[in-house]
Amino acid sequence: MGEQNEIAIQMKEISKIFDKTVANDNISLDIRRGEILALLGENGSGKTTLVNMLSGIYYPDHGEIFVNGKKATIRSPRDAFDLGIGMVHQHFKLIDVFTAAENIILGLPGGITIDRKALYAQIRDIAAKYGFDLTPEKKIYNMSVSEKQTVEIVKVLYRGADILILDEPTAVLTPQETNKLFAVLRRMKEDNKAVVIITHKLNEVLEVSDRVHILRKGRYVGTVDTKQTSTQELTEKMVGRSVSLAIERPIVQNRKLIIDASHLTCVNGEGLTTLDGVDVQLYGGEILGVAGIAGSGQKELCEALAGLQPLKAGSILFHDEDAQGKPQVENIAGQPPIEMIKRGISMSFVPEDRLGMGLVASMNMTDNVMLRSYYRNKGPFVDRNTPRKLAENLIDRLDIVTPGVNAPVRLLSGGNVQKVLLGREISSQPQVLIAAYPVRGLDINSSYTIYSLLNEEKKKGVAVLYVGEDLDVLLEISDRIMVLCGGKVSGVVDAATATKEQIGLMMMHVGGMEDAVKEASAND
Amino acid sequence: MDNLVNLLYAAVLAGTPLLFGTLGEILTEKSGNLNLGVEGMMFMGAIAGLAGVYFAEMWLGELTGIICLLIALLAAFVCGAFGALIYGFLTITLRANQNVTGLTLTIFGIGFANFFGEIIASASPTKFMAISTGAKATFANNPLFPGLVELAADNRWIYWINKLFFSYNLLVYIAIVVALLLAWFLNKTRAGLNLRAVGEDPAAADAAGIAVNRYKYLATVIGGGICGIGGMYISMVTAYGVWVHNCVGGRGWIAVALVIFATWSPSRAIFGALVFGGLSILRMYIPLGIPIEIYDLLPYLATIFVLILTSVRQSKEHNIPKHCGFNYFREER
Repeated sequence: MGEQNEIAIQMKEISKIFDKTVANDNISLDIRRGEILALLGENGSGKTTLVNMLSGIYYPDHGEIFVNGKKATIRSPRDAFDLGIGMVHQHFKLIDVFTAAENIILGLPGGITIDRKALYAQIRDIAAKYGFDLTPEKKIYNMSVSEKQTVEIVKVLYRGADILILDEPTAVLTPQETNKLFAVLRRMKEDNKAVVIITHKLNEVLEVSDRVHILRKGRYVGTVDTKQTSTQELTEKMVGRSVSLAIERPIVQNRKLIIDASHLTCVNGEGLTTLDGVDVQLYGGEILGVAGIAGSGQKELCEALAGLQPLKAGSILFHDEDAQGKPQVENIAGQPPIEMIKRGISMSFVPEDRLGMGLVASMNMTDNVMLRSYYRNKGPFVDRNTPRKLAENLIDRLDIVTPGVNAPVRLLSGGNVQKVLLGREISSQPQVLIAAYPVRGLDINSSYTIYSLLNEEKKKGVAVLYVGEDLDVLLEISDRIMVLCGGKVSGVVDAATATKEQIGLMMMHVGGMEDAVKEASAND
Repeated sequence: MDNLVNLLYAAVLAGTPLLFGTLGEILTEKSGNLNLGVEGMMFMGAIAGLAGVYFAEMWLGELTGIICLLIALLAAFVCGAFGALIYGFLTITLRANQNVTGLTLTIFGIGFANFFGEIIASASPTKFMAISTGAKATFANNPLFPGLVELAADNRWIYWINKLFFSYNLLVYIAIVVALLLAWFLNKTRAGLNLRAVGEDPAAADAAGIAVNRYKYLATVIGGGICGIGGMYISMVTAYGVWVHNCVGGRGWIAVALVIFATWSPSRAIFGALVFGGLSILRMYIPLGIPIEIYDLLPYLATIFVLILTSVRQSKEHNIPKHCGFNYFREER
């Protein structure tokens, strides 16, 4: 790589400001043909904003963009297509009720009516050329996440793009699907297209890219050749100081069974079985990781345990001690949260939807903290002092950046919102802590704070259920990992010995474990 | 049998203004704009169509039928479209709340039409705002093929077929042509596909290079024009070319309900308009001795029934465009 690669795009002194936040500050960088470029940066470092100015979603407040050496003005997505720039957004921009083919030709000029037969043939040609698996007649709402991504990429190629930008393309894929995507990207690179991937996953940067541009807090930090760099160097450039990337996994002796749930079965409003005979045991002093493709029953499992999801079948046995220290067992299946509280069972749930289900976005921190305790007040008035002190305490202890306890929580950044939520849940001293995607959208620092909070709880003897999407993190932090697939338990593995590939296979189909073993023995 | 034919015949006549209103609103909602001003735009079309022919006759003298029809269509379309343009400017450009703007347009339209109706009537020598007998004939229910009427004298079947299919005023046939055209446009053409995309997910449509605001404006304004023609039908056909105070009288609201009943499909709207038209005149053909108000409830009961049915089926397709009722701003974060 290097000299022979011609420059496709050059951005000069680009700035973009939203209200008072400077999203991009005087950034200059280049994108070349025949290479895969990684745009690396933490959440909120301005990567997406920057490429959105190439795809015509935003217009820069300052600076110039040159495409193929000529100065370009990109005022709309249409201008971007005309310049051969195609973007695959992180949140897919697809119309659910349309077919793949309809989404692909959306907005293109042509005859008054659509010649579907010719269109399907063209799409199959592109799919064959790059090795995609795609059914043009299939509706988007019937597709898996990876199929949707394929539609997005084909859509961009169909428009004749030769500069491809992919925003966090692997965030929702299994390791196997990721490899398939990388193979496609390499084929495009050989085709002399310019490929840009935006990511914050270092191992993927090292695996697929040729060069890395690094952004930090809206500024351009530097460019490195992938061959001559390491995870450690990239992290330091990305975060701005050296960070220990290891997540500790303290071992707690004498773990106690707290929750023994069996045959949990849930059916949703459409009559589909979302949770199918799931058995799960939670031990105090242990983190049970839950892996699976999005929508495999993670949400239903968490909500079933927390008493928020009606069960069709199954039991949840809660093991506890009474006042005399004698062990007692109670079936809490189908009990609403308020009933559990009355029985003295203390369970905490950090839901996936933080500002919808976890906190009330327009209320301040004191009031949000109070939601967890107000019903213990006697008389018609609520006690505001205790929760306010607790809120102030949380701000100190967890370094929450906020204008104060009276500011509505929606004004806080994602990481701080999560700290408020997790802090509130932990301060109720739970026996069980259920956390669904607690680090989604957080920067490295906040993520590591959350990991150590979870570990602290574990050391106190709390049973922790951790639903995650980053398999590397799951493998490091969990004691055991349960893999869900289509609402069923695909298997439970020891996190210390399992590999990412094994888990990936188990995520894709139940019994993937046996295949993984077979594959491993075939390789030997 | 005669009773049934008469009921159906009357249902078609009563259903046609509803069909125009529904088609206009379907087109509007497909672009993601929930315009609750249908009633207002129909009122504006009603007065504009009538006034157009009234003044044309006053200034130009006697006009031929086809000219009368064209003037009425054009005036009603332009005035309804003007109402929709106000709505579009407020919601698309200024991003005002769609529900509030739509309700305001209804209030505005009712006031606008009644105000001009009364003023023109009181200024006329007869104290009525009425068009000439010749112009009225243009909007009357004349047989399409006079030859068929002669044959029908001998044969009951021919009589029924002739009455059911070939003996309405021209606007009825125009309504059906508009419905079929709209169905073809939405389902078969590129522009129709783009428009549906705008209503479902404007951000996705925008990223695909579709000029979202242009589609929203065009669909809303043309939709408003079609609603206006529905209003003109009421003043010209239902009220026989005379201005009647409050003549639209809630039909715009039934059209809004009918959009849901038709599950946003123009071809199903033809059937829906027939059903709702039939329900609205049922009391005159099947007297049951119950209060009139209970008959008036029937269209709404049917709508509730369809709402329950679609919500139980949870169909992704036959449903309201996903982004309908919300405004779109590209740089929103």
